Amino acid sequence: MTLSADPAAILEPETIEEASFLRDTMRAFRRNRMAMVGLAFVVLLVLGAVFAPWISPHDPYRVELDEQLLPMSATYWLGTDNFGRDVLTRILYGARISLVVGIVPSLVSLLIGTVLGILSGYMGGKTDFVVMRLADMMIAFPSLLLAMVVMYTLGANLLNIFLALALVGWASVARVVRSQTLALREKEFIEAARANGTSRAVIMFSHIFPNVVPTLIVLFSLSIPEAIMWESSLSFLGVGVQPPEASWGLLVAKGKEYMFQAPAVAIAPGVAILLTVMAFNFIGDGLRDALDPSMKD
Amino acid sequence: MTGSVLQPETGTAAQDDRIVLSTRDLTKHYRVGGGMFAGPPRVVRAIDGVTLDIRARETFALVGESGCGKTTLGRVMLRLQEPTSGTIRYRGTDLTGLGEGPMRALRKNLQIVFQDPFASLNPRMRIGEILAEPLRSHGYGTPAEIRDRCTELLEMVGLRRQYLRNYPHQLSGGQRQRIGIARALANKPDFVVCDESVSALDVSIQAQVLNLLSDLQDQLKLTYFFITHDLAVVRQFADRVGVMFLGRLVEVGTTEELFARPLHPYTMLLMSAVPRPDPRKRGEDRPMMRGEIPSPMNLPKGCRFHTRCPFARDICRVEDPGLQTLGGRAVACHFPLED
Repeated sequence: MTLSADPAAILEPETIEEASFLRDTMRAFRRNRMAMVGLAFVVLLVLGAVFAPWISPHDPYRVELDEQLLPMSATYWLGTDNFGRDVLTRILYGARISLVVGIVPSLVSLLIGTVLGILSGYMGGKTDFVVMRLADMMIAFPSLLLAMVVMYTLGANLLNIFLALALVGWASVARVVRSQTLALREKEFIEAARANGTSRAVIMFSHIFPNVVPTLIVLFSLSIPEAIMWESSLSFLGVGVQPPEASWGLLVAKGKEYMFQAPAVAIAPGVAILLTVMAFNFIGDGLRDALDPSMKD
Repeated sequence: MTGSVLQPETGTAAQDDRIVLSTRDLTKHYRVGGGMFAGPPRVVRAIDGVTLDIRARETFALVGESGCGKTTLGRVMLRLQEPTSGTIRYRGTDLTGLGEGPMRALRKNLQIVFQDPFASLNPRMRIGEILAEPLRSHGYGTPAEIRDRCTELLEMVGLRRQYLRNYPHQLSGGQRQRIGIARALANKPDFVVCDESVSALDVSIQAQVLNLLSDLQDQLKLTYFFITHDLAVVRQFADRVGVMFLGRLVEVGTTEELFARPLHPYTMLLMSAVPRPDPRKRGEDRPMMRGEIPSPMNLPKGCRFHTRCPFARDICRVEDPGLQTLGGRAVACHFPLED
């Protein structure tokens, strides 16, 4: 066989662009109009929640008994509730709790689910068996009941809502991550890492984990609306956020009693839940498509 | 299993430092099916008694049809998959009994270059990280030393250092395969399995990569275990050839001998299946292989090639010939071919 004299001469000519995975993803995301609308809505909502005291001229807790259940007006854009409090202001303040409740438990269950899912999928054997049976138990048990039991026994406060929702949420994350890990484990680059003498811990952290991140982002965006719904359900049932604190679920629950005198009191926060959940779902769909290499041109 | 002697000197193989890697009666069986309502599991004999010695600095080519177990053999030799039975010795050390720690340490010396240069590189790691990983796993040195070694490795396989910052998808197939080679060579191994390492590449790129492999073999004193189905590559590249059929070696010999005078009918038929460039010879009658390869779950009795062999006789249907030595070569056939 002839040997090439100059190793540089055998370079295949090809222009190499800078690493651009992130840039490609952002470009693909920006092209998705629904996802951008969802993102804009969420950004506005976050700004509204954070700057609520400066935006709204009303106090969300002050009772004005002579201004009960007023209709929509220039002063009270969405009217007032049974204690004479401005509904729009209550919704803005409620967004604080609802958004935090959407994000924090999702992060916690994502963290637990990812760690357990990767361990379960990569180690297999007993680890897999124990983790998956635990997950089966969590999934088989009615989630709302479980969350209610937690809230009821530990007391209704924000921290316990996080706990209850994380407890309910990790199992499905672990399932998804495990199945991804099982598929990744058979890939040649994992075999190459094993052939290199790379330890299992390093393989799990630096090979498996980065490859499940796109899935995690999508799961995250989908679990936020889910958690908001859960919080709403718990508050509606009276074991969640306690009055006079405002969360969207609680606003709907309290407002429904005045449905016929002032429908906006219950319907407005319901619409806020609906729009937010939809916005996050659009963002999730957009991210899923943007992170899929086959969807890029 | 066979238990047959491959070569006269194999009894002392463990002490012979010319032998890099040797296997004795190596088997790998997979259970398939089975379960609560599926009846008893069936056994696939992917490797079924392989005894082989790989000599230092040679290129040993393993050829055979798809599904004959050649890829599995390469994986099992490196214990990327656990053998069902048999032994693997690397320079005298029995790998089969080794615990996880010592085995990981030994992996420095035993490497593999994969077939698919895209699947074998993590799409989310930069080339620099891919090359640094084997170095870190074996405690190569300080980050600066590792960086220098990565640059050195890139240059060794004919790529510019700028590629360190790129991701695999930004490289062409040939470039990626060079990265795969550089990664395998990071810790200066002496035994490298090349599993169809050039089959996925364009013919022109194939030649370049083969040249590179051959260069590196001379520079770094490597021993190659070259798994392929491309006989043209074997002829140019290999010192010795093993022909595998249904999980067993049916013939082993030097490349010249094997191509000039195949002893096993399967070897002969395999070689006659290669298209001939000479148009005058094209019309000539060639003996053809009959039928399909038997299922490794349901092996034929006797010689496992007899169902497809044009020369099969009664004894072939009854008795397994085993690998026999014949004039310094090894062949598993009752009636080895003569001229």
